[in-house]
Amino acid sequence: MYAYIVRRVIYAFFILIGVNLITFALFFKVNTPDDIARLQLGVKYVTPEAIAKWKADRGYDKPLVYNEKAQGRHKFTDTIYFEKSVEMFRFNFGAADDGRDIAHEISTRMWPSLALAVPVFLVGLLLQITFALMMAFFRATYIDFWGVVLCVVMMSISGLFYIIGGQYLISKLWNLVPISGYAAGFDALKFLALPVAVGVIGGIGSGARWYRTIFLEEVGKDYVRTARAKGLSEVVVFFRHVLRNAMIPILTGAVVAIPLLFMGSLVSESFFGIPGLGSYTIEAIQAQDFAVVRSMVFIGSVLYILGLLLTDISYTMVDPRVRFE
Amino acid sequence: MPILPVILWTDALIYLLLALVVGFVWYVRRHEHLRAPWWRVAQTPAAMSALVVLTGFLLIGLLDSVHFRLALPAAPGAQGAARERAYAVEVKSALDLLVSSIANKPERTYSAPLATHAYAKETMELPGEGGAPGRQLRDYPRLQYGGAHLRDAQRDWRADVLRTAFRGMALALPLWLLASLMLVAACTPVESVASRDFWHAAWRGKTEVPWRAILITLALLLLVAVPTLLLAARYHVLGTDKVGLDVLYLSLKSVRTALVIGTLTTLVMLPFSVLLGIMAGYLRGVVDDLIQYFYTTLNSIPAVLLIAAAVLSLQVYIETHPGMFPTAAQRADFRLLWLCIILGVTSWTGLCRLLRGEALKLRELEYVQAAQAFGVSEWRIMLRHILPNVMHIVLISVVMDFSGLVLAEAVLSYVGVGVDPSMISFGTMINAARLEMGREPMVWWSLASAFVFMLALVLAANLFADAVRDAFDPRVRIGGRKLRLSGNET
Repeated sequence: MYAYIVRRVIYAFFILIGVNLITFALFFKVNTPDDIARLQLGVKYVTPEAIAKWKADRGYDKPLVYNEKAQGRHKFTDTIYFEKSVEMFRFNFGAADDGRDIAHEISTRMWPSLALAVPVFLVGLLLQITFALMMAFFRATYIDFWGVVLCVVMMSISGLFYIIGGQYLISKLWNLVPISGYAAGFDALKFLALPVAVGVIGGIGSGARWYRTIFLEEVGKDYVRTARAKGLSEVVVFFRHVLRNAMIPILTGAVVAIPLLFMGSLVSESFFGIPGLGSYTIEAIQAQDFAVVRSMVFIGSVLYILGLLLTDISYTMVDPRVRFE
Repeated sequence: MPILPVILWTDALIYLLLALVVGFVWYVRRHEHLRAPWWRVAQTPAAMSALVVLTGFLLIGLLDSVHFRLALPAAPGAQGAARERAYAVEVKSALDLLVSSIANKPERTYSAPLATHAYAKETMELPGEGGAPGRQLRDYPRLQYGGAHLRDAQRDWRADVLRTAFRGMALALPLWLLASLMLVAACTPVESVASRDFWHAAWRGKTEVPWRAILITLALLLLVAVPTLLLAARYHVLGTDKVGLDVLYLSLKSVRTALVIGTLTTLVMLPFSVLLGIMAGYLRGVVDDLIQYFYTTLNSIPAVLLIAAAVLSLQVYIETHPGMFPTAAQRADFRLLWLCIILGVTSWTGLCRLLRGEALKLRELEYVQAAQAFGVSEWRIMLRHILPNVMHIVLISVVMDFSGLVLAEAVLSYVGVGVDPSMISFGTMINAARLEMGREPMVWWSLASAFVFMLALVLAANLFADAVRDAFDPRVRIGGRKLRLSGNET
């Protein structure tokens, strides 16, 4: 089992290098720093001097991968690739284009993001599973039918409408919670209540329907028939046997999302004015701040790969067949 | 001809897609094993009702994909052959011409649905007597076009709206009867039953194809569409937006953008995912490792950020190559195409993984091993023996992806990396309408229109996709993983 995990870790490292190369190509070869500088300084009336100064201020005036003028190992380290891309492996992100330290921003903005994303994830998962369980238990009845109809309708509505509708109904019409904003400490509760509720409701449709198919797949298996043949009641069969086995694919499938909770939610954070990483990313995209976007790409990839790794590990823990392969 | 046809990139691809669909239908008709599952889809009432709605959207989208530039009226001084025909810079579509009675009636700013007066009070000057400055008055000004034919808007408005609506419904009825008669005329020779019997069977839901559901959906559709069109000639049925554009027109134009994103993205990604997926599963070994590495790496990059980076780089490209895009429509179209491509790049991995798994299973089956024993080349096996047997997965994933992509467009446009801001789409509509919710009195109609149109389109697509999936392979697990737009599910 340990050999397997070690193998996966090494593999993950190689994927990270691939991500690093792709983002480097995207941000420095496809979009050269000259292009970015021109975009930032206004496209039409920009002098070469201004571009040179912009690049020098931000350390983009070095060669891309190989510096002929430098000495010894500096030939490789005194380059854009090393300073902007390799340094990320040490979580050294440098400064944003407006001069602020990216690592510091991330460490402060991480907490509001988590405060929103973790409850949405946990409550959402719980509700989706409960809903799916209900539909699967009453399968092929009207409860199941209308449940599925409700799910399909709910997943056909864009997430934006849930947010806008929630803000209008709860905040504007009923004045229950502030429409947007954030405060530290316990005051955050009143700002977070609505975004969490909206996030949970928005995810129920697709989630519950998906878990329902997993439950139904499990219900059709042979061991269920055996359990019924033993004379167990339907309730025991369902909640003892089916539920347990269905939880394996559900939980291992959910694990991949856990590390990504750090990244926050792009849309709802910016709608609700929560100063998390999601709104940070959106602001960076809208201000065309490539340094921040690059860092977020890297962090997002690291977290996703971490999620894959956790999935692999959780599989080995719950399913002995994987362990012995 | 006083028009100059313009074929935008996405138009060309839509025509190609249409040709592919027609070819596919022709192919399916000749093959029994493909006809059977489609026949099952045709027997699902929900799917067929959804298909009626989808066809309506499709017609709008196709009409909107025929682009041209209108000729300008010749300059008065020009003579005979010497004068060259000049064309308008603006690219129009067949839909624009068809609904020109709606499109070309801009008001100054917001107005509510079916309104005759503007939404906000303005200071107006009454005509004074004998050249003296008139008295000033703050009131709701009359709209320039909305209900302009009414002499006394307060008194006649309600009666006029109701009369027009009823006339529309009365017109919808013969249209519907015509459609029903055509159906009966087309079906009775095939089924060799008397038309009366067919009609009774259809109406009691006894036919194999659920004609009753189809006809009811069609009736509802006509009952909504015909009165709307009649009213639209005189009013702004869904109101106007901030710059006075008709919201109904905006909604109709958004349909094409949504359809393009939903279909072309899949068309763009399909060759890659099919080829790589089958190769990985069938050839295994190093090829498999490389392909798996490739798609895991691409998949690891958060989709929104990859899209953002690609769209930003496109902006740089457009800024530095202005010569390539003579009209604003061509620029917006290029960006739309690019968005489709980059969305395809971020979303092909799921299908690729599924195909790899299926190919892994198929390569161990006897018929493939027999082909190997006969010395059939590897490429030929993949093409003739593996590909036809994974096509159902491709098909299911194409129809399942559609709705997710339509929804994704709205989110991406909100983030600012979606379609060109000048391009009319549900995303840009929602984005513009978002701030209007805070106004007093509230401007709700743009948002409501976008909501209704999107819900109808996506819901119909979802229902149809479900039926296709159930008919082809109920056990394939597609649709659980939506396009990963951000860390959290949006």
